[in-house]
Amino acid sequence: MTTLHLPLTVGDALAAQRDAFGDTLVELIDRDERVYVLDGDLANSTKADKISRERPERFLQMGIAEQNMMGVAAGMASCGLVPWLSSFACFLVNRDLDQLRVVVAQPNLPVKIAGAYSGLLTGKTGKTHQEVSDLSVMRAMPNMTVLSPADAVEVRAAMIAANDSDGPVYIRLTRDPETVVFPSDYTFEIGRAIVVREGSDVTIFSTGAQTVRCLQAADLLAKSGVSAHVVHVPTIKPLDAEAIAEAAARTGRVVTAEDHTIIGGLGGAVAEALGELQPTPMRRVGIRDTFGESAANEDLLEKYGITAEHVANAARDLL
Amino acid sequence: MSLTPERLTELKRQAIHLRRLVVESVHHAGAGHLGGPMSAADMLIALYFEVLNIDPSDPHKADRDRFILSKGHSSIGLYSALALRGYFPLEELKTFDAIDSRLQGHPAMDMLPGIDMSSGSLGQGLSPGLGMALAARLKDKSFHTYVMLGDGDSQEGQVWEAALVAGRYRTNNLTAILDLNGLQQYGWATETGYGELARKPPQENPEARWQAFGWNTISIDGHDMEQFIDACSQAKNYHDGPTIIIAHTTKGKGISYMEDDFNWHSKPVTDDDLKQAQEELAAQEAALA
Repeated sequence: MTTLHLPLTVGDALAAQRDAFGDTLVELIDRDERVYVLDGDLANSTKADKISRERPERFLQMGIAEQNMMGVAAGMASCGLVPWLSSFACFLVNRDLDQLRVVVAQPNLPVKIAGAYSGLLTGKTGKTHQEVSDLSVMRAMPNMTVLSPADAVEVRAAMIAANDSDGPVYIRLTRDPETVVFPSDYTFEIGRAIVVREGSDVTIFSTGAQTVRCLQAADLLAKSGVSAHVVHVPTIKPLDAEAIAEAAARTGRVVTAEDHTIIGGLGGAVAEALGELQPTPMRRVGIRDTFGESAANEDLLEKYGITAEHVANAARDLL
Repeated sequence: MSLTPERLTELKRQAIHLRRLVVESVHHAGAGHLGGPMSAADMLIALYFEVLNIDPSDPHKADRDRFILSKGHSSIGLYSALALRGYFPLEELKTFDAIDSRLQGHPAMDMLPGIDMSSGSLGQGLSPGLGMALAARLKDKSFHTYVMLGDGDSQEGQVWEAALVAGRYRTNNLTAILDLNGLQQYGWATETGYGELARKPPQENPEARWQAFGWNTISIDGHDMEQFIDACSQAKNYHDGPTIIIAHTTKGKGISYMEDDFNWHSKPVTDDDLKQAQEELAAQEAALA
């Protein structure tokens, strides 16, 4: 298990998860002869185009036909290969959900699904392209492992862990560059929640790139004398329920934060776990049962209530 | 390849046995599909006894030919072929659809060795078949992949996504088989009396449709095993792309009261139904001798 030197802080270095996705695919290809990349004609957005340029013999263009792409991946996986899918989360989760269910999840085949452009921050594409319920949908699917890394460093680490795991994995990716918070030697353990800031008054659980905003929220809270304990939950399934119950017990107050609907995602998963293990007063910060719209990132974060300030306010509300 | 008269008679006998096992299994289970397994019966026997390069004692052998039943509701036909071929004891067919059985209502590859891909949600078989064909090419393997589609199955859009992409990749190690029995659970057989809304048949000119997607087509009588085996051989020797064998069949073939009646798509078999089917099949077997 990784030992992090706390507290993790929000520095100045920026990196995009999608660039880490492309770079790590090359790394995986070079060390694992089973790895192939299947693209649904979005490689120059997801950054899988790096494979098309640098490892073309491992790149299969499947065109704008996601249902077929998922089935092709299942067939390849049944023959001992490890296919990685490149497309937007909105299509991979919805367009080919039945294919994922029947020929990937039910036979438990090692297809690795990278959902790019998840959440609200998709470069002004609007609600058709904003996937705000992928964690809920993927989490409800038996046999799926569901990952939601925070930054570019964790994307790489999570992809290595996903590639080494036996079954199907969904990895949620964010489009735009975000601040790097994890150290470069960080290793990923599927199913492990990680304390990224220690505190005593309120516990903030977060996932994905929202963890960066939660560290900022902890800074805001500290200025007003509130000590926030921040736990990053990069594996939505299997959920680290024990660590979540322990962190909730530590402060007696819980906030969840995600760039995702509050129904069934991190907030839902934490509520389910705590309801059984450690009932705790709780606020969920996330998208409140609505679709998004096309706008600038900062305007979306503000309008849909998922800024660092919103997280800090939810914490104050519990005190 | 050409069959000796003795071998052909033996295959016909196995097809009769398969039909009997299907009716008996569905009778025993109290539920199951009949029309589809019957239309596919002769081709399933020809595949498992003559065409596929397989080893029932090593069902996961890496270099084996692959077979996917995209029309997964015909599962009991596939299970009967596997049992006759020696993948598992005939006795296990009695567990079809029962709790803890490996013989699920629709084929599950994670439960029964010999099933190369799970299926049952229609339209999904050709894509994994394409994935297998691509895997063989990428890893320089010589195995061939066969996918059996139904004409109902082929109403799903995914089939045409797969057809388009397979055509682009010119996967000559992929052969599709269309079990064109012309009926489905309810739909087209009831298409009369609609006046201005009268419809065209759903599979009008399948040859032209598949050729437009870049496929080689061979049309046959799907109940003539010699034609089918010959078509498989032609498909394997066609090098410019994937081939589809368009097999004209009769739904419910072999049991007089099931033939061309969509009501026998899926239906419990009564004791009287069973008795009549067994008598008809026994007469067919006697006529072979």
